[in-house]
Amino acid sequence: MAADPRNTASPEHEHAGHGLSSSQLAALYRKLRLIRRVEEETARIYPSDKIKSPVHLAIGQEASSAAVCDVLKPEDVASGTYRSHAVYLAKGGNVAAMMAEMYGKVTGCCRGKGGSMHIISPEANVLGSSAVVGTNIPIATGQGLMLKREGKGRVCAVFFGDGATEEGCFYESLNFAMLHRLPVLFVCENNGYAIHEPLSKRWSSEDICARVAAFGMPVVQIPDGDVFAMREAAAQAVERMRRGEGPTFIECKLYRWREHVGPAEDFDQGYRPRSEAEAWMANDQVARVGNMLPAAERAGIDAEVEAVIADAVDFAESSAFPPAEELYANVYA
Amino acid sequence: MPSILLKAPLSRLLKSYTPMSTPERLLRYVDALAEAVALEMDRDPSVFVMGLDVDDHKAIQGSTRGLLQRFGADRVFTTPLSEDAMTGVAIGAAMAGMRPIHVHIRMDFLMLGMNQLVNMAAKSHYMYGGAVKVPLVVRCMIGKSWGQGAQHSQGLHAMFMHVPGLKVVAPSNAHDAKGCLIAAIRDDNPVIFMEHRLLYGLEAYVPEQPYTVELGKARVVQTGTDLTIVGISNMLVECLRAQELLKEQGIHAEVIDPITLSPLDSETVVQSVARTGRLLVVDNGWTMCGASAEILARVAEARATRGAIVQRMGFAPTTCPTSPTLEQLFYPNPATIASAAHAMVRPDAAAWEPSPELARLAYQVQFRGPF
Ligand SMILES: Cc1ncc(C[n+]2csc(CCOP(=O)(O)OP(=O)(O)O)c2C)c(N)n1
Repeated sequence: MAADPRNTASPEHEHAGHGLSSSQLAALYRKLRLIRRVEEETARIYPSDKIKSPVHLAIGQEASSAAVCDVLKPEDVASGTYRSHAVYLAKGGNVAAMMAEMYGKVTGCCRGKGGSMHIISPEANVLGSSAVVGTNIPIATGQGLMLKREGKGRVCAVFFGDGATEEGCFYESLNFAMLHRLPVLFVCENNGYAIHEPLSKRWSSEDICARVAAFGMPVVQIPDGDVFAMREAAAQAVERMRRGEGPTFIECKLYRWREHVGPAEDFDQGYRPRSEAEAWMANDQVARVGNMLPAAERAGIDAEVEAVIADAVDFAESSAFPPAEELYANVYA
Repeated sequence: MPSILLKAPLSRLLKSYTPMSTPERLLRYVDALAEAVALEMDRDPSVFVMGLDVDDHKAIQGSTRGLLQRFGADRVFTTPLSEDAMTGVAIGAAMAGMRPIHVHIRMDFLMLGMNQLVNMAAKSHYMYGGAVKVPLVVRCMIGKSWGQGAQHSQGLHAMFMHVPGLKVVAPSNAHDAKGCLIAAIRDDNPVIFMEHRLLYGLEAYVPEQPYTVELGKARVVQTGTDLTIVGISNMLVECLRAQELLKEQGIHAEVIDPITLSPLDSETVVQSVARTGRLLVVDNGWTMCGASAEILARVAEARATRGAIVQRMGFAPTTCPTSPTLEQLFYPNPATIASAAHAMVRPDAAAWEPSPELARLAYQVQFRGPF
């Protein structure tokens, strides 16, 4: 969109930004753009074999983490899965530390011991992430127990896929969280597939919200990937949680543009048609929000994001591998 | 010399190999698994395959490829991500007289079905006084490489070996993969069937006909006089590579593949150690309370091997790190195995390590028999 670069936020922009101020809109865009570009850069580097760690990219699915983390405060907590670069970045995790972790460098956020699937940021209150589906859900619920006890109004948002909702521990956690009115926001990123298996082969009923509502928990469904609707739903839920009113479940329908694990597209593999993706690509929330900004402002954010990424890659490339002694460090606390 | 090292094992093994009566061909481990299941499904309608992604286009790295097309979605189906319940479902179906093969693309996910496996599958036959049987096969893959890390690189066989009533098999080559899988399917007990991801592409001579490799029987893969090396799962391959390297030093190792870890054929190992006087067990798992500890203990307890020199190797006693520099130190490899063996045989000699060049070449050696 060719906007006038001198154009600062106009009432038109306010309106287009769904009630967000221009600075809020810019902040949201910065998150979305950062996630998209870090992952595209990861995909670009991957074939060089410098990143020896399985990468599960969230390209196309940035909206949920960006929207939800946008309404969290730095002291709030976020929890993701093996596909959690997006959550880590949206919550303010250090880009260079994540990149170095994927490179297996000692400067990585896990000192090179975790890799892409196990990133953590204690500084940004990002809980570590697990490769075993669903395992982060009760862990985040446990965080919620502490947050409630602490009584400072902090909350925890936990992200997981549709597949994770098939694990027993998901339902067991919902029950407990609701029973104890824990400040946990359950965010299901429903991209319709678990690896290559579609929902129709895994769910007897597609109405996940009804299933969760049976626990008495408030539920919201965002059917179209709309980042503003997600943000609004999260904002309301977080407000309620801060008041001690207990958990909320948000189902965000999204679409994964790349393969389950790895950097490439996989529409030639036959398990899902490209046409299915195209509607989602046309509805790209990164571009959508970017287009709402004055061109100059957008260009400024884009440039800043590129600089952060370039620094992160430099940092990863120039950092050292862990020395041999590191093998035995951290076995016990 | 490096080229000799490359060629020698293959030609020697081919020469010493006695052909079987049925037609055979070189087959990859992964294809041998698929073939075994197809043959058994053909033979016995009660055999079926369930597990996450068994029917997708990647088909568990290809090990279930073709089964859906051939046997239909009633007998080859994916499951929800519900390992605990699905393990119970498989056990229930087995108790009801079916022969389920429950597949997991990673061994780590067995932890979610542990209660069912340990409290139900392993015990039912005994606690019901023999009234029920659980003819269940649980296939699971050990991961490695590309920084798969903490939760995707575990060899957890020792946890299952600890429990009476479970059988644990870890074939190291395509021939045994097929024969053991057929034996496991026909077995009336729950069998944990472990496959290492790095074995999937390796070829061996595999008869086309169905055949069984007896569960509970170890195999002397290579005869030797100076020490006995036992290698578990893909460590058997590494041990054979180490044995090649040791030959350059004039050390002749006998190499044994236990194949089945529970029930464990320690007698074959004891007999070997009685001759060589030395035993090195190399595991694809941790050493603490592990398969290697069990094998060493049995040898130490046997009268015939009293005074034997024993040692074990396995994962470093840490969680598997992802960084390539650390991952390399986490696993035993042909060079570390060979130098440990050298130190056992020649305790007074200076420590020896194979040259990096030779060790690297040893990595390219494929084991193809004899069986
Ligand atoms: C307990 C467990 N079972 C199976 C797997 C294998 N696995 C890895 S990712 C995945 C798909 C999960 O899908 P979903 O929860 O929808 O998340 P997405 O990958 O779509 O983000 C599966 C089955 C696993 N890692 N953990």
